Amino acid sequence: MKLGLTSDAMRLVIPALSMTVLLAAVFWLQPRAMSYFGLNLLLNLAVPIALATIAQMLVMAVNDLDLSIGAFVSFVACVTATFLRDAPLVGTLILAGAVGIYALIGVVIYLRNLPSIVVTLGMSFVWAGLAVLMLPAPGGQAPDWVRWLMTVKPPLMPMAIVASIVIAIVAHLIVMRSSLGVLIRGVGGNQRSVERAGWSIIAARAAAYGLAGVFAVAAGIALVGLTTSADANIALRYTLLSIAGVILGGGEFTGGRVSPIGAVIGALTLTLAGSFLSFLRISPDWQIGAQGAILIIVLALRLVFNRVEKRRAQP
Amino acid sequence: MISFGNLARKPWIWSWMAAFLVWFATIMVTGGASTLGLSQAALTFAAFSIIVGIGQMFVITLGPGNIDLSVPATMTLAGTVALKLMNVENGMVVPGLLVAVLIGLAVGVGNYALIKALRIPPIIATLSMSFIVQSAAIWTNRGLRIKPPSVLADFTTSSTLGVPNVALVALGLSLIAWVLLEKSVYGRWISAIGQSMAAARMAGIPVDGARFVTYLLCAVLASVAGYLLACFSGGAALNMGAEYLLMSIAVVVIGGTAVAGGYSNVPGIWGASLFMFLVVSMLNTYGIGAGVRLIMTGLIIISVIMLAGGRRTGMR
Repeated sequence: MKLGLTSDAMRLVIPALSMTVLLAAVFWLQPRAMSYFGLNLLLNLAVPIALATIAQMLVMAVNDLDLSIGAFVSFVACVTATFLRDAPLVGTLILAGAVGIYALIGVVIYLRNLPSIVVTLGMSFVWAGLAVLMLPAPGGQAPDWVRWLMTVKPPLMPMAIVASIVIAIVAHLIVMRSSLGVLIRGVGGNQRSVERAGWSIIAARAAAYGLAGVFAVAAGIALVGLTTSADANIALRYTLLSIAGVILGGGEFTGGRVSPIGAVIGALTLTLAGSFLSFLRISPDWQIGAQGAILIIVLALRLVFNRVEKRRAQP
Repeated sequence: MISFGNLARKPWIWSWMAAFLVWFATIMVTGGASTLGLSQAALTFAAFSIIVGIGQMFVITLGPGNIDLSVPATMTLAGTVALKLMNVENGMVVPGLLVAVLIGLAVGVGNYALIKALRIPPIIATLSMSFIVQSAAIWTNRGLRIKPPSVLADFTTSSTLGVPNVALVALGLSLIAWVLLEKSVYGRWISAIGQSMAAARMAGIPVDGARFVTYLLCAVLASVAGYLLACFSGGAALNMGAEYLLMSIAVVVIGGTAVAGGYSNVPGIWGASLFMFLVVSMLNTYGIGAGVRLIMTGLIIISVIMLAGGRRTGMR
């Protein structure tokens, strides 16, 4: 606080620091990565992960957890590579319906007072089943506009970075600056007081889940734009990655304390962790392990940081 | 009718009834021809979910936010390393089991160390742990598929008096779990912690010790299940634990254990595990394809939760 920063900004210090350290390490190991092309290669897979992380963050903001995101993004990828290309109208309708289902689930979880973990795990079966029905074997093709969007080369900065910044800003405006965002975070903080203040919890939860669905749809479309084809299992690991990304970015598990900019940074950090290992010539077997290790290190740093803060606050 | 009234109030009765209904529906289609085969298969496959589910149940009993996501990774690592150590030799069966248990202990210690030292929610701690354990499993496995020793392969795939051996193992472990939960002071402790951690602490219950033991127990049960599953399926595969993440949570919840913690029961795990397997085999019998089967499985889980759950607040 002495630095004149808000607590929201303080929350971003550790995620930003860890990403910078990791990026510096990658540049040091491989100076050629420090180019337009190198950066794009390094970070373009982070774009769909960042979108999925924002989706997960919206669900975590209302104190729930979405274990179906990986299956859902895979489902969207399959729709994008088949219907959205061949019959754009039908494809759009399917995706809109899927977002509607997401919102509905948010409401059902609240009305019936169900554990979100179990309901979303059940939904992950449903999405996986629908994806298998559409694409029993890997295939399909990305619509041209999606492909163009993901491979376009803007001046100055590579697409991966431009996209990450745009995602961070849009998510920040929605979650931190709009009244809807305040309402959603309020539900996570103290549902009862929000309710007493006359707001509709059902609407807030439907909005949080619906928005999560929109971001997850964007993640699936972006993913197909990069991979050009789809597969029913293409994004299954996104479920755990997105949770890790939110936490890495300074989000908390309860209380509606989330940070959209942090979440994007968290997703970038997780992606960089993989490349860092391959530059170190460590077997890719350890890639997931490195992501786990980074998660632990960042959480340990945060603990130390919080303690120092507290000691400074009460001299 | 009084006894029926009492029975209907037991939280586990619903999962048993559901399992029986699905079993009956399947038998009807096949005209009773596969009754024995279906029952044996159900007991065999349910046995693995039961062993994993009991561990998860103890963890969930600890209260809101307690859940072990490292179960699949632990199963895979334990199965892989044990098979590698045994190297198809019958004499190495016991050391193999010991190594599997040791891996479980190590993961459990790691999980609780993270929860305690970093003060992070158990979901995140076990998630980070599972990343590391999964990596270790990939690294040790390297695409090799080592066969289990013949003694173990025979043991896990055959039956005693018509009951599959793995089901007997699961029964033994369930009995121990039941005694621990219902008759021992430890069982009282974890229920008390699940109902109110603050109150439990004030009552002088060793909260940290009890939680530590619970995470150990869950990881060890997962590693034992991994060991048995690897032997049963003729080798360890990297994705062999994957479906047990959902399974372990689903059987606990369907079995009538309160998701918010504090109230748990062992028989429900059996009913729920049998139910989960029987649903899949029923859909198979009806000749339904993989996609529709997945959708139906998901919808059934959700509807069971909607019917059974929805009383207590707490867990996410």
